[in-house]
Amino acid sequence: MEQTSGAVATGQYQLSQLAAIEAQSIHIIREVAAEFERPVLLFSGGKDSVIMLRLAQKAFFPAKIPFPVMHVDTGHNFPEVIDFRDRMVADMDASLIVASVQESIDAGRSVEEAGLDPSRNRLQTRTLLDALTEGKYDAVFGGARRDEEKARAKERVYSFRDEFGQWDPKNQRPELWSLYNGRHRPGEHIRVFPISDWTELDVWQYIGNEGLELPSIYYSHTREVFRRDGMLLATGPFVNPRGDEEVFEAVVRYRTVGDMTCTGAVESSAVTVDEIILEVAASRLTERGATRADDKVSEAAMEDRKKEGYF
Amino acid sequence: MELLRFATAGSVDDGKSTLIGRLLYDSKAIFEDQLEAVERVSTQRGDEYTDLALLTDGLRAEREQGITIDVAYRYFATPARKFIIADTPGHVQYTRNMVTGNSTADLTMVLVDARKGVVEQTRRHAFLASLLRVPHLVVCINKMDLVDYDQAVFESIRAEFTAFASRLDISDMTFIPVSALQGDNVVTRSANMGWYEGASLLHHLESVFIASDRNLIDSRFPVQYVIRPKANEYHDYRGYAGRIDGGVFRPGDEVMVLPSGLTTTVEAIDTFEGPIDEAYAPMSVTMRLADNIDISRGDMICRPNNQPTVGQDLDAMVCWMTEKPLKVGDFCHLKHTTRWVRAVVREINYRLDVNTLHRDEAATELGLNDVGRLSLRVTQPLFYDSYRRNRLTGSFILADEGSNVTAGAGMLLGPD
Repeated sequence: MEQTSGAVATGQYQLSQLAAIEAQSIHIIREVAAEFERPVLLFSGGKDSVIMLRLAQKAFFPAKIPFPVMHVDTGHNFPEVIDFRDRMVADMDASLIVASVQESIDAGRSVEEAGLDPSRNRLQTRTLLDALTEGKYDAVFGGARRDEEKARAKERVYSFRDEFGQWDPKNQRPELWSLYNGRHRPGEHIRVFPISDWTELDVWQYIGNEGLELPSIYYSHTREVFRRDGMLLATGPFVNPRGDEEVFEAVVRYRTVGDMTCTGAVESSAVTVDEIILEVAASRLTERGATRADDKVSEAAMEDRKKEGYF
Repeated sequence: MELLRFATAGSVDDGKSTLIGRLLYDSKAIFEDQLEAVERVSTQRGDEYTDLALLTDGLRAEREQGITIDVAYRYFATPARKFIIADTPGHVQYTRNMVTGNSTADLTMVLVDARKGVVEQTRRHAFLASLLRVPHLVVCINKMDLVDYDQAVFESIRAEFTAFASRLDISDMTFIPVSALQGDNVVTRSANMGWYEGASLLHHLESVFIASDRNLIDSRFPVQYVIRPKANEYHDYRGYAGRIDGGVFRPGDEVMVLPSGLTTTVEAIDTFEGPIDEAYAPMSVTMRLADNIDISRGDMICRPNNQPTVGQDLDAMVCWMTEKPLKVGDFCHLKHTTRWVRAVVREINYRLDVNTLHRDEAATELGLNDVGRLSLRVTQPLFYDSYRRNRLTGSFILADEGSNVTAGAGMLLGPD
């Protein structure tokens, strides 16, 4: 059997599980390109969006990706991630739209949260929805996965959003076979999650198989950190340790990429994909549980944000 | 490593959540932070034990009301396979969720409480698995610890279920006596039931043979998207992108394109990694053809000597999924493979009672969660196979013309 789609078939006419979910994701991406007028792909520079970009590239090869890429920039990103974003987009000759939370704040559309080192996590929603309206986008690709978080476990591949961008989890469209229903009225849109069925381990195995480049912060490095709310936060321009928060150097890496204010590092010496795969396989904490303060606001923090129109 | 998708259905007290919880926990797919979150909520609510249902009931309303509203997808893997569980509620008012969960399943797991035997819900689950043509059915006879691991109880339930299932179309059926709470026969064989000679549930899930479940005979390639790079390097490139929905295609194969009926040969099958020698279901590929013929999305590429049925008059089993009932004369949007058409209901042949399998031929409408046999007429011909022959080219969805919601799931009936 010929090697196909980055993963080898397991036997005669049987795809490996990674090849099967890759084929499914490509099917979804093509379906969106065929049925919607103005799709856009959200790209954060994180590992899931790197995979999304690669899948989109595969779906339309040898043609270019037939939709633009959008980054919702909180202004609090890791600089390594922004550099990486710009390089990736240039390499693929894709067009990048940057929707800026800072500009939303400056324009009075959003208000910075109060308190020490305010997170702009929740403010992203307003900026995103404004950018979608402005660009008249009717389909928005995201790299969310169902294994990440319990509200996301209920998410459809095609997730309907009303004219306010709201998600109504109790009233979702049934999704049968692979027959996706993207029908909507003007002003409404569909969030599309082609890698819904991928797990964190799948993501890393795929990154390894495909030799995909990631922002350097995913791999072990030495960094000045301090402990807050049980997480290791990096010091930086938007994160200021209080007097009682001791700053120290640690060997860390990141399992997710979000704002510097709410994304914690994990202590790790893993410098290669293979070492990370071993670490993920042995980990007893979910990636968001280990590293995301934004999910810890309440038991239903993700559900509440998603209802408002969050990713 | 292969992928196995399985569906489960059940209510709060039949031990389904405990069983799933145990599979996930024992395969290390439950993480400490998830377990701690569940323990915290259980303690706050004053539960006497940690309620593993909280792991799958992800929505606030579900946790507050202690019910499962919707399909939840859970993931775990063993060295042998990756598993995707579609976990659905079991009550009759959630028939549409069970239909949804079963539509993509390779296997359905039905739970029976050993103390209660085959009840209405058991029959409904088995019927829906058969209607959706899930290739494998596993009946877990649970709570064996509460009947002293008695073989006679197991045998009697097996006999009763088998008698009922003879009225259904189920090709592979396996019975496993388990205790989800105690862990008997879930991951490892139980020492408490020496009389049981079969595999543990997990071992069965890891080893059930699924390679022959796909249709590798009838070559079907619905065109999804036409790739034209508009770059000098690929000036004349015209590729037809899509998913192989049945059979095998190879370069050099003579193919026919529907609806035109024109024939040509496959010049190449392209992927990002390069051309490949053959493509089979469910691969996503790009096909180039030897002759330049007019092909667009919604067309079907097949073999001249093995064509799908082409027609505008359809007979189908339909599960209705929305509040507004479906009546004769109603119009809907219909999506089949890569094609949207409009459909009108010509006739409701009968409505089926999902509990008793009784056919009500006097029915004049299908309400929410009803299943019935319909005759439909569509605005353009579809290229289809019977659902029993191919789940991908034999299925369709219906959408409401006003709200656009997905309102029905259809399984086409055909000559075979």
